[in-house]
Amino acid sequence: MSTVWVAVVVGAVGCYLLKVAGLSVPAAWVEHPVVARVVEFVPAALLGALVAVQAATSGSELVLDGRLVGLAVAALALALRAPFVVVLLLAGAAGALVQVLTG
Amino acid sequence: MPSTRAQTVRDAVGLGVAVGLYGVAFGAAADAAGLDVWQALTLSALMFTGASQFALVGVLGAGGGALAAVGSALLLGTRNTVYGVRLLPLLQPRGTLRRLGTAHWVIDETTALALAAPDRDLARLAFWTGGASLYLSWNAMTVVGALGAAALGATAQAALDAVVPAAFLALLWPRLQRGWDEAPAQRRVALGGALVALALTPVVPAGVQVVAAVVAVALAGRGRR
Repeated sequence: MSTVWVAVVVGAVGCYLLKVAGLSVPAAWVEHPVVARVVEFVPAALLGALVAVQAATSGSELVLDGRLVGLAVAALALALRAPFVVVLLLAGAAGALVQVLTG
Repeated sequence: MPSTRAQTVRDAVGLGVAVGLYGVAFGAAADAAGLDVWQALTLSALMFTGASQFALVGVLGAGGGALAAVGSALLLGTRNTVYGVRLLPLLQPRGTLRRLGTAHWVIDETTALALAAPDRDLARLAFWTGGASLYLSWNAMTVVGALGAAALGATAQAALDAVVPAAFLALLWPRLQRGWDEAPAQRRVALGGALVALALTPVVPAGVQVVAAVVAVALAGRGRR
C-alpha cells in the first residue's frame, strides 16, 4: 500500500475515533483545561503553518511566486468580507495571471 | 408545530448543500497534492471533516510523510471530540450502533445547526437532515473537483496552486477577527506557526515543519494564563 493510502486510511480512522470519543468518554476528560487549550489554539498554529508552507515553499526551499500574490489578494478579499468562493476565485485568478506574465 | 419543522429542514438542507459545494475546492486541492480521485473520495466519505482533510492533503502535497500528514489531520480533528460532548445531551443516541452512526457526522456545521435549534427534537432533525445533505453534497463535489483539476493545463494549474494557501487562510481568518475568543492570542499563535514553519522548511524533511511548528508554538504558550 502506498504512503498516500496509508495516510488516507489511518487519518480517516483516527479522525472518526476522535468523533466517537466525544460521544463516549466522560465529559470531564474532554473539558480538562489542558485539552481545552489545545483545542482552542492548535487550529490557529496549524492553519498558520499550512498557509505559510503552501504559499511560500517548494520541497525544502523557500519560493516566491504567484501563490504569494494569490495569498495577498485572498487576504484583501477576506478583509472586505468576500464569500469563501469569491476569495478562492480571486486568488486563483491572481496566481494564473502571474504565471501568464512570468511563465 | 409543523411549520417550524419544515423551516428547520429547509435551513439545514440549505446549509448542508451550500457548504458541500466547497467539496470542489477539496477535490481540487487533493488532486494538486498528487492524490487520485479514489483517495480524495475516501477522505470525504470516511474522514468527513473538512479542515482535517485539507491539512492531510496539504502536508502530503508539501512532500510530507504519512506520519506528519496524519498528525496534522488528528490535531484538527480534536475539535470534533469537543463537539461530541456538547451534542450528547441533545442527540442522546441510544445503543452502540446509533452512537457510531451519529459520531460520523459530528462536524462544525452539524454541531452549529443542532446547538442553534430551539429544542431537542428540532436539534436532532437539524443534525440529521443537515448532516445528510452536507455528506452527499460534499462527496459529490469532491469527485467533481478532483476530476476537474486533473484535466487542467499549466495556467489553470498555477491558479489551483494559488487557491490552496488561500483556502487555508480563509479557514484561519474567522479565528483572527474580533468576536472570536481571545482573537489577539489567536493572531500571535497563527503568526508564530507560520514563522516557525518557514524557518524549519530548509532544515527538516518536507511536511514535518508543519507539525513541528504546532508543537513549538504549543510549548512556547505553555503555562501562560
